Amino acid sequence: MRRLLNNLVSVPVTLLGLAVVTFVIGRVMPIDPVLAILGDRAPEDVIARTRIELGLDRPLPIQFLRYLGQILRGDLGTSVITSHPVTQDIAHFFPATIELASVAMLIAVAIGIPLGVLAAARRGSITDSAVRVFCLTGQSIPVFVLALLSLLVFYARLGWAPGTGRADVAFEDMVPTVTGLLTLDSLLDGNWDAFHDALAHLAQPAGVLAWFSVAYIARMTRAFMLDALSGEYIVTARAKGLSETRILWRHAFANISVRLLTVLVLTYAGLLEGAVITETVFSWPGIGQYLTASLLNADMNAVLGATLVVGLIYVGLNLVSDVLYRLLDPRVR
Amino acid sequence: MSDVASTREWLLTDTPSSRRQAAWGRRYRLWLQLRSQKLAMAGLWLLVGVVLLAAFAPWIAPYNPAAQDLGDRLAAPSWRHYLGTDELGRDLFSRLAYGGRVTLGMVVAVVVLVAPLGLAVGCVAGYAGGIADRVLMRVTDVFLAFPRLVLALAFVAAMKPGVESAVLAIALTAWPPYARLARAETLTIRNTDFIAATRLTGASAFRIILRHVAPLCLSSLIVRVTLDMSAIVLTAAGLGFLGMGAQPPSPEWGAMIASARRFILDQWWVPTIPGLAIFLISLAFNLLGDGLRDVLDPKQGQ
Repeated sequence: MRRLLNNLVSVPVTLLGLAVVTFVIGRVMPIDPVLAILGDRAPEDVIARTRIELGLDRPLPIQFLRYLGQILRGDLGTSVITSHPVTQDIAHFFPATIELASVAMLIAVAIGIPLGVLAAARRGSITDSAVRVFCLTGQSIPVFVLALLSLLVFYARLGWAPGTGRADVAFEDMVPTVTGLLTLDSLLDGNWDAFHDALAHLAQPAGVLAWFSVAYIARMTRAFMLDALSGEYIVTARAKGLSETRILWRHAFANISVRLLTVLVLTYAGLLEGAVITETVFSWPGIGQYLTASLLNADMNAVLGATLVVGLIYVGLNLVSDVLYRLLDPRVR
Repeated sequence: MSDVASTREWLLTDTPSSRRQAAWGRRYRLWLQLRSQKLAMAGLWLLVGVVLLAAFAPWIAPYNPAAQDLGDRLAAPSWRHYLGTDELGRDLFSRLAYGGRVTLGMVVAVVVLVAPLGLAVGCVAGYAGGIADRVLMRVTDVFLAFPRLVLALAFVAAMKPGVESAVLAIALTAWPPYARLARAETLTIRNTDFIAATRLTGASAFRIILRHVAPLCLSSLIVRVTLDMSAIVLTAAGLGFLGMGAQPPSPEWGAMIASARRFILDQWWVPTIPGLAIFLISLAFNLLGDGLRDVLDPKQGQ
């Protein structure tokens, strides 16, 4: 319990660190924020006045405190491209990423865990080696190559998947936004055609994004299972004459489920990273595409805002994983 | 022949007569263990192949990687162009060979920057303990709190897109895991009897860390670095793909894919071939790293 409190105390310090990092990145950039707003034809006195208005004439520590105050008020500046506040942009684009990452997570769990358990149960067999090679392959292939190949095969050649984007033009803005998750919204609206369309658009990017996580989850599951299967209670269960399936799932797997849950939470955080590239290839209007589009246009407020938010979520998920582990596993309580 | 046999005997003896003989004997045994792992050796040979291809690119490549031939653009693989040509009629095989230099160069540069830094931070934090430990680990946590690619993207955006900024950005995001690892190892070494004995003989903290603690952290660090090289390759290629790493016309593999991605539906081999190259080199690092872990760090792998 003391360790848990300790962890909670360290979170604000980490968050402060996040703010320092984004602040420093924002200050070392060669782009002059004043010129970015006014353009290079503005008269001298306007430039000087804007510089003072933005507080750029003050010492760096004061500027940092000001920046911190803005963050705490939820003000991440205004995006140059969309001309909306960055916070509003992020709120607009984030649900699409959450939808993508969540479905990818479901796919990854549904495939990764059985693969890992199977490999552990048949340790040293051909199945085990096959899973090992599959995992290494999954970790070695760049997401964007997989995404392009999947477009080639499933969209162009087989015609199974619709193209890029989140919905067909015909269904755009048809469904009222409630949660921001298009599949859920269309269900709430009772619009089955829109639901089908949304799901079809979701399947391909989510499958691509899931690939990398399948490998990681299978690997971790296998390692945990091998550890559990070497326990004495497994020998006892075998001696009692329990079936192998029951031993695997009810005895060994039940024991590793908490450790696995913490891994899954961290994997979910990792999916956010993969989403950046996946969204770019599939024109998926989420936070990743927002980030890369802002990057290419040197829209620093948007870049730093998105980076900060992703960092926040990352820290949050890490904390959740830690807390879950300590609350659910009686051995560490 | 007898020379080889006697060298082998000298290496494998149970009673080494010098420190050098013992050290080389240990290395030779590790090599023998590694050699018995087929997958790891496959990874090693693949890597050797890529390194040779990149190193001797000017002699191997049949064409200048920048030479355009607009009359022969997007050609399919043939005897004239082993892997076909890209959208400007440049020979893909030649570009791939030269691109290997960029990718391998970036990997080496990142590792050279990162491994010593992580090792130093981890060893000092672990050995010193107290305030120094807490401060250093807090800094490490901050850098771990960003997804790697996202932080690297933000760094590159703040500097200027290019190979140097990409290397710096990846390095800045890659060192924390090494520091964590080195610290964990140091914590177990710190309280051993031989460190206490060294301290009693009057060795300074600096000497203890440099000569006694750091070398013992090396084997797990090597495993981690090798496995991590595949992640570095993927991040570098990802930055190139997003236009934030090496810039066209550089034959960097990620940038090649980015400029050829619009041909995926028709001339699919143009973006796929560099993709395959990234995949193979990353797989090679993974296979080798996996094998090295089994040899050097048996308690980690299962």
